[in-house]
Amino acid sequence: MGAGHAHPLHLDRPSPVHRLPPQVKILATLLFTVVVVATPRTEIWAFGGYALLLAAVAAAARVPALWLAKRATIELPFVLLAVALPFAGHGERITWLGMSLSVDGLYGAWNIVAKGTLGVLASLLLAASTTMRDLILGLDRLRCPAVFTQIATFMLRYLDILADDARRMRIARLSRGYDPRFLWQVKAFAVSVGSLFLRAYERGERVYLAMVSRGYDGRLPRPEGGGASAAQWAQSAVLPASAAAIALAAVLG
Amino acid sequence: METVAMHIANGIVDGPVSALFAAVAVIALAFCVWRARIDLDDRLAPMAGLVAAFIFAVQMLNFQVLPGVSGHLLGGTLAVVLVGPWVGALCVSTVLIVQCLLFADGGLTALGLNITNMALVGTAAGYLLVAGLMRVLPKTPGGVGATAFVGSVVGVVVASQAFVFEYWLGGTTELSLATIAGTMAGVHTLIGVGEGLIAATTVATVARVRPDLVYALRRFRTQPAIVPVPVAGGVA
Repeated sequence: MGAGHAHPLHLDRPSPVHRLPPQVKILATLLFTVVVVATPRTEIWAFGGYALLLAAVAAAARVPALWLAKRATIELPFVLLAVALPFAGHGERITWLGMSLSVDGLYGAWNIVAKGTLGVLASLLLAASTTMRDLILGLDRLRCPAVFTQIATFMLRYLDILADDARRMRIARLSRGYDPRFLWQVKAFAVSVGSLFLRAYERGERVYLAMVSRGYDGRLPRPEGGGASAAQWAQSAVLPASAAAIALAAVLG
Repeated sequence: METVAMHIANGIVDGPVSALFAAVAVIALAFCVWRARIDLDDRLAPMAGLVAAFIFAVQMLNFQVLPGVSGHLLGGTLAVVLVGPWVGALCVSTVLIVQCLLFADGGLTALGLNITNMALVGTAAGYLLVAGLMRVLPKTPGGVGATAFVGSVVGVVVASQAFVFEYWLGGTTELSLATIAGTMAGVHTLIGVGEGLIAATTVATVARVRPDLVYALRRFRTQPAIVPVPVAGGVA
């Protein structure tokens, strides 16, 4: 990992959100998303409130709106699904601009677009403000089973190496006259996927032996300290707590 | 293909059903960890980590299906044929968790659903079929490739039907289930055929070079006869 544990979505900014310990951010994102998903879809203005909360976090984290908007296009297939819902839905129908639309379908479309978008934005903010290594550390401190954090650590550590391996094989294929244009030329691609697996597996065996010879006994040393202070927990709790307040107000109101 | 095979986002399936499948995923993964340790003992973390990195890297490789349409491998069945159902499910789950947290692909609350469909149900269907077919088909690179093809198609389609089942339990909009099931099955059969062709060639390549690494073949290998070591000391 020559790039110093960065990942494509990480935005290195000096901001209070970036400085929060990863575990509190992960928990805050998760709770916020749960609140959003649990909110009844008919409480339309509540979702506006959530969006404002996220905008405040984005401003505090100094993440530009355009950056967020561009990355949120990952959600596009679900927006397309949502567009289809009013036409395919059942039940009561209304006519709008000469089109017969299902009320349930319209609500469903709104539900998917609103909850999906808010969820993606929350995840993007988490990813933008936390490095890959910190995310794993945060999961570890949230008592995620060590076997998962270890697998994830190894995976992220070797991902770039394997991706570069694959890139080199592709360049080697191209420089030998391979012209990948149609499905039936996929054999060369598949063969190199096979050799990529062999390289990965054999590298794993070598890594394991190197670790055993350095005293590995099935567990990795855990970095000391890094616990979050009460103030940091309180800071990060602002987001899910205010979301929950909005949800309560919407449901009771 | 990339725009089709995306992970479930928040708000597609309602809260209670998402929570139910999160619990299902946690229990099933705990079981997988236990069985995977039997396969790999303390090699589990480095080996599974590298295999997960392999799956992730493979998903990053796009190939052209037709001009303008590119796709990538999902790798679930490929993983279970190569490294076995337990380690395979663990690796695919780790990839899904990291994609959710680091790449915002798939909703946080839908993580249990995504893991259940792609890492558990799809791989289980693929692996059971592969294990069954390997009993009758020749234990050669060609044979294991053919089973990988069938297993991939079935695995991908079954995973898509698992989504239909979840949508039936907790879909947020009333839709005709037959339509969703049909659409999902149709689209995923196409994806599965592409997936299967690549998985088959990949598995056959590995089986030709290192047949000992193909989990699906391992059971059928004849163990080398253990020659009893003569007790030294009779020389005097």
